Amino acid sequence: MAEKIATRQAYGETLAALGERDENIVVLDADLSGSTMTKVFAGKFPDRFFNVGIAEQNLYGIAAGLAVSGKVVFASTFAMFATGRAFEIIRNSIGYPHANVKICATHAGVTVGEDGGSHQCIEDIALMRTIPGMVVLNPADAVSASKLIEKAYEIDGPVYVRLGRAAVPVIYDDKQDFELGKAVKLKDGKDFTIIATGIMVNEALIACEILKQEGIDVRVLDMHTIKPIDEEAIISAAKETKGIVTAEEHTIMGGLGSAVSEVVVRNHPVPMEFIGIKDVFGQSGKPAELLKEYNLTADDIVEAVKRLSSR
Amino acid sequence: MTANYSELEKKANELRIDVIKSLKEAGSGHPGGSLSAADIISVLYFHEMKVYPDDPYNKDRDKFVLSKGHAAPILYAALAHKGFFPVEDLMTLRKLGSSLQGHPDMKKVPGVDMSTGSLGQGISTAVGMAIAGKLDKSPGRVYAMLGDGELQEGIVWEAFMAAAHYELDNLVAIIDWNGIQIDGFNDDIMKVTPIDEKLKSFNWGVTVIDGHNIEEIVKAFEEARKCKGKPFAIIAKTIKGCGVSFMENLNSWHGKAPDDEQARKALEELGGVC
Repeated sequence: MAEKIATRQAYGETLAALGERDENIVVLDADLSGSTMTKVFAGKFPDRFFNVGIAEQNLYGIAAGLAVSGKVVFASTFAMFATGRAFEIIRNSIGYPHANVKICATHAGVTVGEDGGSHQCIEDIALMRTIPGMVVLNPADAVSASKLIEKAYEIDGPVYVRLGRAAVPVIYDDKQDFELGKAVKLKDGKDFTIIATGIMVNEALIACEILKQEGIDVRVLDMHTIKPIDEEAIISAAKETKGIVTAEEHTIMGGLGSAVSEVVVRNHPVPMEFIGIKDVFGQSGKPAELLKEYNLTADDIVEAVKRLSSR
Repeated sequence: MTANYSELEKKANELRIDVIKSLKEAGSGHPGGSLSAADIISVLYFHEMKVYPDDPYNKDRDKFVLSKGHAAPILYAALAHKGFFPVEDLMTLRKLGSSLQGHPDMKKVPGVDMSTGSLGQGISTAVGMAIAGKLDKSPGRVYAMLGDGELQEGIVWEAFMAAAHYELDNLVAIIDWNGIQIDGFNDDIMKVTPIDEKLKSFNWGVTVIDGHNIEEIVKAFEEARKCKGKPFAIIAKTIKGCGVSFMENLNSWHGKAPDDEQARKALEELGGVC
């Protein structure tokens, strides 16, 4: 059984390591540093850490001001408050001037669990994707989270990084390379393609094994970068396989499924199925129970592939 | 540096003239809040702030954030007269392809230190800029101008709280207190007063001045420099549309450009040529 680490844990450690390398990095939080894991950086570099209190709009306003003054800013809170409450500040004060702020938001998706629907942000990818120049990342595990955050640090401009609360299986070997905007082909296959993002990548891999036993040969792509999306990988999947299933822990409106279908419809239309939240709010429960409740499991992906094959 | 009050007054008048001309040319925009801010902007750019038109991104410069971004025409006039770009460019205000957007865009205009326009955000970003100044031990100071109506935005108070918490004595907020917002008087729509008591209770240094008295403005900035350990607010009592009699104290001139005849009358009053 694979080791389980939360992507927010990887974020905290990576950020502290980056802080060692570059004293120009400044980290901000809005009273959730123990949850977002910015506390690791705060403990090591207290002079470059600012806890602005429970004020997410000001969190991103201050982040913008620091960034236009030459700082590399990482600003964290829960995904709901970052992309929801502070959306327009991110849009106008970070996106519009293309400020170098890394919005690393944790507790995304229904796997937030017991806190319930008010805290389960399932709209963040859709919201962030609409901002011109914003890079949108959704790592699948601790290894990819760490490596993608380093890549985000290396580019000059705004990046949204979606991170989770729950511990999730480690999929990648430490040696795996990642490139922004380039999907990872985890399994090759000729019948259908599953394009997954975030924690759904692991479910896609399990689905792939189940389908293999039934004689269905499936390709699995980890679309860790939602924007800019890897059009080449999507077009190849559309041309080389007979249909695509997208899988995301996010509303099916405006997220990965939408981003992929925009490419498919324009270039090489093939049948698609969408695994994601179907226009409802979440609720309290254990992460595993919620994934089942909202049809976000490997079994649901298997069913979706079978629906494709009967179309 | 000793201030030449009459020169600064003259400069404010020149800026007002260019506000009227550029707005007439644009056919839309915000004269009321541009004119109320003219004297303060004149003192900031031609006396108080260290800025470098030949080296606009100098890291030790003073920075200005127009949190009430709709007053862009007065900021553009000051930047042009200061030499950041040709004065003729003012006539491209709000036109397709112009760098002079309806609200200031730092990516397009040298001298604009922050893109603003969505009310409340400028002061929040100014707090970030002042924190950066402290981290870098920069001699530069950060100035942010807010409208009084803008104080109705919640983020403003988050920013005020943070500025005091971080003891940002390199930050000065100027409140252009003209009492009027687009729909009417602040007092009728949503009272913002007492502004001075509110800011004092937020642990800011505060002074209240006549925002059209050059000497008082100059001295308020001197007082701000002497305030240590906390940010400083200059609450400037102003007249919306100040300098053009038929625009004064009318909310209808918040966001409307003068037509040819109105511009001619306004310029006549200001001593400018149409």
